[in-house]
Amino acid sequence: MANFTLNVNGRRQVVDVDPATPLLYVLRNDLELHGPRFGCGLGQCGACTVLIRGEAVRSCTRAVSSVQGAEITTLEGLSTDGRLHPIQQAWIDEQVPQCGFCQNGQMLTAKALLDKNPSPSDAEIRQGMAGALCRCMTYYRIQAAVKRAAKVMSTAGGADSPAPGDGEKEVLA
Amino acid sequence: MTTSRRDFIRNTGLLVVSLRAMSLAEADPLAAAQAGPSTSLGAGPYPDPDFRQLDSWIVIRENNTATFYVGKTDLGQGTGTAFRQLMADELDMAYENTSCVMGHTDQTVDQGGSGGSDALQTDGWPMRRVAAEARRVLLDMGSQRLGVPVDQLAVSAGVITSRAEPSRRVTYGELIGGRRFNVTLTGDQIDATTGVAKVKPVQELKLAGQSFPRYDIPGKVDGSAKWAVDARVPGMVHARNVKPPFAGAKLVSIDEASVRNIPGFIKVVSRGNYIAVVCEREEHAIQAARQLKVNWQRPATAPFPSSENLYRYMRTATPTFSPPPTVAGNVDTAITGAAKVVEAEYEVPFQGHVSIGPAHAMADPSNDQLTIYSNDMKSYGLRNGVAQFLKIPRDRVRVVWLEGPQAYGRTAADDAGFEAAFIAKEIGRPVRVQWMRQEETAWDTKGPAYTFRMRGGVDGQGNLAAFDYEARAVDHNHLGYNEFDTVLIAQLAGMRKQEPARGGAATPSDMYVIPNRRMATHVVSLPLVWETPLRTGNLRDPNGPQVTFASESFIDELAAAAKADPVEFRLRMLTASTGDDNGFKRARSIAVVKAAAEKYGWDTRPSPKPIGNGNILVGRGIAYAYRNQTIVAQIAEVEVNRRTGHVWVKRLVVAHDCGLVINPQALTRTVEGASLHSLSRALHEEVTFDTEKVTSVDWTSYPSLRHTDTPQTIDVVLVNGDPNPKRPDLPHYGAGETACKPLLAAVGNAIFDATGVRLRRVPFRDARVLAALKAARV
Repeated sequence: MANFTLNVNGRRQVVDVDPATPLLYVLRNDLELHGPRFGCGLGQCGACTVLIRGEAVRSCTRAVSSVQGAEITTLEGLSTDGRLHPIQQAWIDEQVPQCGFCQNGQMLTAKALLDKNPSPSDAEIRQGMAGALCRCMTYYRIQAAVKRAAKVMSTAGGADSPAPGDGEKEVLA
Repeated sequence: MTTSRRDFIRNTGLLVVSLRAMSLAEADPLAAAQAGPSTSLGAGPYPDPDFRQLDSWIVIRENNTATFYVGKTDLGQGTGTAFRQLMADELDMAYENTSCVMGHTDQTVDQGGSGGSDALQTDGWPMRRVAAEARRVLLDMGSQRLGVPVDQLAVSAGVITSRAEPSRRVTYGELIGGRRFNVTLTGDQIDATTGVAKVKPVQELKLAGQSFPRYDIPGKVDGSAKWAVDARVPGMVHARNVKPPFAGAKLVSIDEASVRNIPGFIKVVSRGNYIAVVCEREEHAIQAARQLKVNWQRPATAPFPSSENLYRYMRTATPTFSPPPTVAGNVDTAITGAAKVVEAEYEVPFQGHVSIGPAHAMADPSNDQLTIYSNDMKSYGLRNGVAQFLKIPRDRVRVVWLEGPQAYGRTAADDAGFEAAFIAKEIGRPVRVQWMRQEETAWDTKGPAYTFRMRGGVDGQGNLAAFDYEARAVDHNHLGYNEFDTVLIAQLAGMRKQEPARGGAATPSDMYVIPNRRMATHVVSLPLVWETPLRTGNLRDPNGPQVTFASESFIDELAAAAKADPVEFRLRMLTASTGDDNGFKRARSIAVVKAAAEKYGWDTRPSPKPIGNGNILVGRGIAYAYRNQTIVAQIAEVEVNRRTGHVWVKRLVVAHDCGLVINPQALTRTVEGASLHSLSRALHEEVTFDTEKVTSVDWTSYPSLRHTDTPQTIDVVLVNGDPNPKRPDLPHYGAGETACKPLLAAVGNAIFDATGVRLRRVPFRDARVLAALKAARV
């Protein structure tokens, strides 16, 4: 065991763990940040995604010793001053989740994608999100939410998001 | 002190405490359940809430808000939101002033949790009736309070007013807030629960049919939701299982010294062939499970054939169960006299639930009780099963249902709940168990593999004269939910049911009129019956995707043989009438098939279309299914890459009739998810195994649908296709599983339309499609 200083969601945190401990368990069990979740432990599904220096990273395969001092953001750190990030608001407006377990990884992958490419094409969204799995298969709505968030973030600094229910496809025959 | 929530209400001296505790329960069920003896919540014992007491279902507070306590769980389809809509509607409360508590065995009546897509279809009815009864009782109280007869009162949003003098008013909260109804309900079982009041006719429902946003989504998006994976109590430790490395292995010895050097190591817990390691920290439990040296003995004979040889094995095995076939007319005679005869064999592999988050549970044995925190969709069954398994009184066990990764059916969440309970009792400490990815993907229950043999005869007029269907499923010892003698830990510990469940193979659930029809089914068993990772259990419409893939693909083959348009061919077999129930179901089926074709812009012609010259071949296919009053037709438009074999479903149209729609938006999302779940099964999913273990164990070896597979457009058309003027108000039927049924066939039929090649085995992975195209010289 050894002390490691982490910078998570803008706060400095010291933890005493084995150097090889995957960041995921430190976040969940020591810092009680439950946004990132265990999905595979193999870096394959994305449920454990966090942002490290703005990059979407699989925290289940990243040793805590390798991220000392790096700026780490979890789902809990996505909103600011209690105000939802436009990506989160788009997720609500599109009513994206089914069970919702993977959506942490979906939203943070989208955040990293949109930070790099503020107005991605449909193909770029599909490709950029491809590593984030959802077993409720909410992909169609996730992609719609990414587009919605991109639109909001590129206008007026992300001030107002479209009202819920916009762009509905339901038809009552 | 062992006071329950409702005892608090009875005792006005504790009113303040109870109301605080209740709002805690609604805001944070985890915290409420963990509140413990200090607030007298959670100390146990945990008797069943009495479903014949109105107070068990509805609590109204002084601030004129209501909480509904229902015995269901919401897997993310928005059933909780729909329950609130229905109950608020019957009660005449504003939706915003209601909340819903679900699936806590000590707080909510036992409606069985979730399953069968019947949340609204079955369980919605007692909810509506008890809410209507509460409204009746409140109107009586309001009548007395205001001195105005009930028939001269109006009620809206929980406020009762005199019609003549609207300034005379009283709220529900003023009438009963914080106090008990003390109204006894009737009904021989929970689904029949009713009061005196009648439910409203559909025309008077105001909240049903509105797309209220799901109340559970904000917490899932901002990270504040409490999930079963988050359940923590002081002193909690971590456990991981050590599974047999090959099926049927027998434990010879455990070398505990091999893990004693791991920091915080607590214990190896073992019974029979079940092993778990317990450590203070999670990462150390994982390390210990990997490091533990165990001596296993291989079984004398191979537990199963390899997946390459599965279908050959299934076709030649002696069935364990062959119920009498269903027969109409004379199939053999009709086929002999048919103008055209088609024969085909279809195959579907084992497919898994494969939850995105492996199975988990936390069990707390404090206070000589047992509390299990779980996302198991049947929390009541888990509670009963654990009590039987550990031989402890039921009222000392409760299950606190919390959100979790869902996988729709009999999943390993059942098994993990029992394991957590067992280990907690063994070590006397709260313990959290979670399966690892490889463990989950290998050992979770499977949807049964199927082989099909079918013959069909088309007459001189191009009508289907005969359909001969025979299915075989590997489904011997099909697992029920939370059975104390079939959960995995029980099997590994050596428990055996006297007779394994005989399982079943299913028949098509269409409403076609086919004059000569025979439907035969057989169940076969693999050599190893117990302690096998190839154990079968219900997977989101347990047999529908397999059976409908075969039957609706074969119907398409017959349409092609008759040179008929696939939609037109199906409509010819759906003869509508309103005179009998089946005719009515067919009338609704016609409306759904037509709605799908219309939305798609279907051009009437036989399949396949002339094969194009480019690399990308485009085609469309339709398939349809009926399930327990709900009807779905799906049209897939595919692009098939002739050079790579890659299939992309570019467009999907789903027409869906589940009767009265409570929340169109949540229903649409559910239908989209269910459809794409089956698209994953059509394109990717296949359990593979050698002769001693499952070899598809992660997301590389068991691929799933990804963002890149997502259709460009999905159109969901909600049909309430009641064509009978005398019966204009269909009730609320079920949704979810029906949309899983036809999709595989719709995709296969579209591939045929595009390429002229019929694929009779899923999944349609690139290599398999390419091989089929090459073999057909496409």
